[in-house]
Amino acid sequence: MTVASRAAHGKRLSRIVLFVGSLAVAGVAHAQSPDTPAAAPGRAAPLVAFESAEQRALYETLLEEYRCLKCQNQNLADSNAALAGDLRREVYERVVAGVPRSAIDSYLIERYGEFVLYRPRFRATTWLLWIGPFLLLGIAGLYAMRLARRSRSEVRVEADRIDEARALLRDER
Amino acid sequence: MLRFVPLIVFVVLAGFLARGLMLDPSELPSPLIDRAAPDFELPTVDDAAVTVSRRDLEGEVWVLNVFASWCAACVTEHPVISALGDEPGVRLVGLNYKDAPKAAMEWLARFGNPYDALLDDREGRVGLDYGVYGVPETFVIDRAGRVRYKHIGPIDEETLRATVQPLLSELTATPS
Repeated sequence: MTVASRAAHGKRLSRIVLFVGSLAVAGVAHAQSPDTPAAAPGRAAPLVAFESAEQRALYETLLEEYRCLKCQNQNLADSNAALAGDLRREVYERVVAGVPRSAIDSYLIERYGEFVLYRPRFRATTWLLWIGPFLLLGIAGLYAMRLARRSRSEVRVEADRIDEARALLRDER
Repeated sequence: MLRFVPLIVFVVLAGFLARGLMLDPSELPSPLIDRAAPDFELPTVDDAAVTVSRRDLEGEVWVLNVFASWCAACVTEHPVISALGDEPGVRLVGLNYKDAPKAAMEWLARFGNPYDALLDDREGRVGLDYGVYGVPETFVIDRAGRVRYKHIGPIDEETLRATVQPLLSELTATPS
C-alpha cells in the first residue's frame, strides 16, 4: 500500500468510526429515560400491608413504572408530590382488590394519557420509538459495510496500477 | 449519494430535537377531550348538606375550574375566571381541590366568588378522575356532557379572549 492510499484509507476509517460513534452517543441519550434506580433510600412510598407476596411485588413494580405527573422525571415510588401519594393510594386499593395489571394501566391512561407509563405500549404512535434504535443501527451497519467495501476495491485498483507502472518501467529499461 | 447519509441523519435528528425544545413538557394532552366528563357527586363548600352531581348540569354548557386557597397561581388567574362567571348561558363550577372549606371561604371572601356552584373535593378523588395534576386547571363541557377543552395552569386574558370565549359562544349557540 502506498503512503497516499494508506492515508486515504485511514481517513475513510476514521470517518466510519466518527459516524458510528455519534450514533452510539445518540443511542445513549435516547435510552436514558425509562430506567429508574431501584430501592433508593428515603423513598416516598408509605408502609402498606398486603395479603400475598405477589400483590406486594405487583404493587412495587407498578410504582416503578408509573410516572408522577407533577414531577415528570420521577416515578410514583420515588415522588413526594401529593398527587403521587393519591395515585399510590388508588393503585394500592386496586392491587389489594385483585384488579389485574392491565385494568390498572387503563385506569391511569384514561385519566392521564399514555404519558403516565414509563414503558409505553407498542402502538401505531409508539412503534418508531421501540424499533427506531434498531433501525438506526441497521442503517449505520449498511453504511459502514458499503464504505469498507468501496475503499477495499479502490486499494485493489491502485495496486493494479502500480504493477502496471512497474511493468512499463521494466520494459523501458 | 452515500456521503450525504450522515448529513441527512444529522438534519433529521436536529429537526426532532429542535421541535422537542419548543414543546412545553409540563403540558400534556388530556385523554378526556371529546369524551364524557367523569361523573361526580360532591358536597358544596358553603353547605356540606347540599350536594351537586354531574347530572345536575346535564344539558348545560359549563366550565369546571379547579382551584385551591393554597394555590398561588389561582390568585393570578382569579380575575379571568371571574370574567368567565359573567359569560351568558354558562355555568361556572368551582372544584375546590384538596382544600379546607373554611380556608376556601376566606379566600373567596377576599378575592370574590364568581362560582355558580362550589364543590368540595377535599380528598382530590374527583380531581383524579379529571386527570388533574397541576392546579389551576379549567375544563369546558358542552350540553352533551363532553369535555371540549382543557387548560392547564392559569388562564390568561389572551387565552380567554382568543380560545375560551369563542368556544363558549359557539357551544351556547347550539341548542341541546
